[in-house]
Amino acid sequence: MASEDVKLIGAVMSPFVMRPRVSLNLKGVEYEFLEETFGSKSELLLKSNPVYKKIPVLIHSGKPICESLIIVQYIDETWSGHSILPSDAYDRAIARFWAHYIDDKWFPALGGIARAQTEEAKNEAIEQVFTGLKLLEEAFEKCSGGKPFFGGETIGYVDIALGCYLGWLRATEKLIGITFLDETKTPLLCHWAEKFSSHEAVASVMPETDKLVEFAKMIQAKFKAPANK
Amino acid sequence: MAGEKGVVLLDLWVSPFGQRVRIALAEKGVDYEYKEQDLMNKSELLLKSNPVYKKIPVLLHDGKSICESLIIVQYIDEVWSNKAPLLPAEPLARANARFWADFIDKKVYECATRLWKLKGEEQEVAKKEFIEIFKLLEGELGDKTFFGGESFGFVDLALVPFVAWFYAYETCAKFSMEEECPKIVAWGKRCMERESVSKTLSDPTKVYEFVLFLKKRFGVE
Repeated sequence: MASEDVKLIGAVMSPFVMRPRVSLNLKGVEYEFLEETFGSKSELLLKSNPVYKKIPVLIHSGKPICESLIIVQYIDETWSGHSILPSDAYDRAIARFWAHYIDDKWFPALGGIARAQTEEAKNEAIEQVFTGLKLLEEAFEKCSGGKPFFGGETIGYVDIALGCYLGWLRATEKLIGITFLDETKTPLLCHWAEKFSSHEAVASVMPETDKLVEFAKMIQAKFKAPANK
Repeated sequence: MAGEKGVVLLDLWVSPFGQRVRIALAEKGVDYEYKEQDLMNKSELLLKSNPVYKKIPVLLHDGKSICESLIIVQYIDEVWSNKAPLLPAEPLARANARFWADFIDKKVYECATRLWKLKGEEQEVAKKEFIEIFKLLEGELGDKTFFGGESFGFVDLALVPFVAWFYAYETCAKFSMEEECPKIVAWGKRCMERESVSKTLSDPTKVYEFVLFLKKRFGVE
C-alpha cells in the first residue's frame, strides 16, 4: 500500500485541503503533497478539476477526486483502518447533516465578517457565528455521547469538517479581538478544539494561527489596493 | 416523536427536492405516509423535525428525522439496500456521483430562480448561465443512457425533478431546452419511462402556474 500512487493538490493555508490531509493521516496513507502557489493555478489543477479549478484535488492512481468532503468520504471508503464515518445509517445521516450545515451556513458566516462592508453587516455575521457555535455545542453533546470527539472515541467526519476551520476561527479572533470559543458559552467545543488540534493526525497539518493572520492581512491589503494589475 | 413506527415524508407537492426523496422511496418500493406541508404556516412537526433549517423535505423513520434531500436519499439507499441501488458500489464511481449531485445542488436551483425572478439584462445573464450549467451536465451524460451508465441512479434522481420545470423556465426566459440541450431533454424522456419518475414529477403546466403565483407574490411582472 505504501507505493500506491496518491497525490494531493493543495495549499497549507486552506482549511478545505486540511480535511483530506487529516483523513489520509488517520488511515496511515502516504501521499505526495503538490502545493499550489497563491495567485496562480497549475496545469495539473486545471486539468484535474476543470469544473471548479479549485483545491483540494486528490489524485489516486491518476484519477482525480474533487470537493473536500467528497474526498474525505472517498478516502474512508477506499482505505481500511480508522473509520471516519459512523457505521450506523442514521448516525451517518446526522454526521452528513452537520458537515453540510458547517459548510453551508457556519463557515460563510465566519467569512462574512471579513467581507462585511458595514459595521452592521459585520455585527450580524459575528452574531451568526456565535449562534452557530451554540448549535454545534448542542450537536457535539448529542453526537459525542460523553466521548472526546463528535465521532465518539476517535476523530470522525464532523470533527474533520469543523476542526479544519479552527485555524481560521482563531485567526479571526485575533484580527477582530473577539473570543468565539468561550469556555463560559461553549465549554464542550473549547475542550474538543484542544483535543482535535493536538491529535497526531492533525497537529502537523494545522496551519499556525499567526501565519493565517499574516496571510489574511496580505489578502485584505491586496483587495483594498487600487486595481492597477 | 420517538417510537412512532413507519416512514413519513414532510414535503411540498411541487418541490424538486422533495421529489428526489419520493423517487428514491418509489425505486425501493418503500411504503410511506406523505404529509403535505404549508410553508406559509409551518407545522409543529416540521419545526420540531428540522429546527435548524425549518425546510422540507424531512424524512421521519420510526420517529427519527433526517433532513436535506441528498442526505435523505443516501440514507434510503443504505437502509433499503436490498434493491435498486442508487449509488454505485465502487468508491471512485460513488465520488463521481456525489460530485455531480453536489454540482446540481450548488448551481441549478439558484440560477433557475434568477431566471424567473429577474427581468431584462439580469435575466439574460441567468439564462446564459443556466444553459452553460446544462451543457456541462450534457457533457457528463455523454452518450450514456443515464448519468450512472445503464442504470438510473443518484445523479439522475438529483436532476430529473427539474425537468418538470423546463417549460416554466423556457416560457419565462424565452428559450428552448430542446434546442440548447437536446441530449438532456432526451435523457429526461427516458427517465419519465420509469414509473417512479412519471408518478412523482409535477405536471409542467402546474409548475408554470406555480411559478406565476410566485412571481405575483414577489411582485415580478
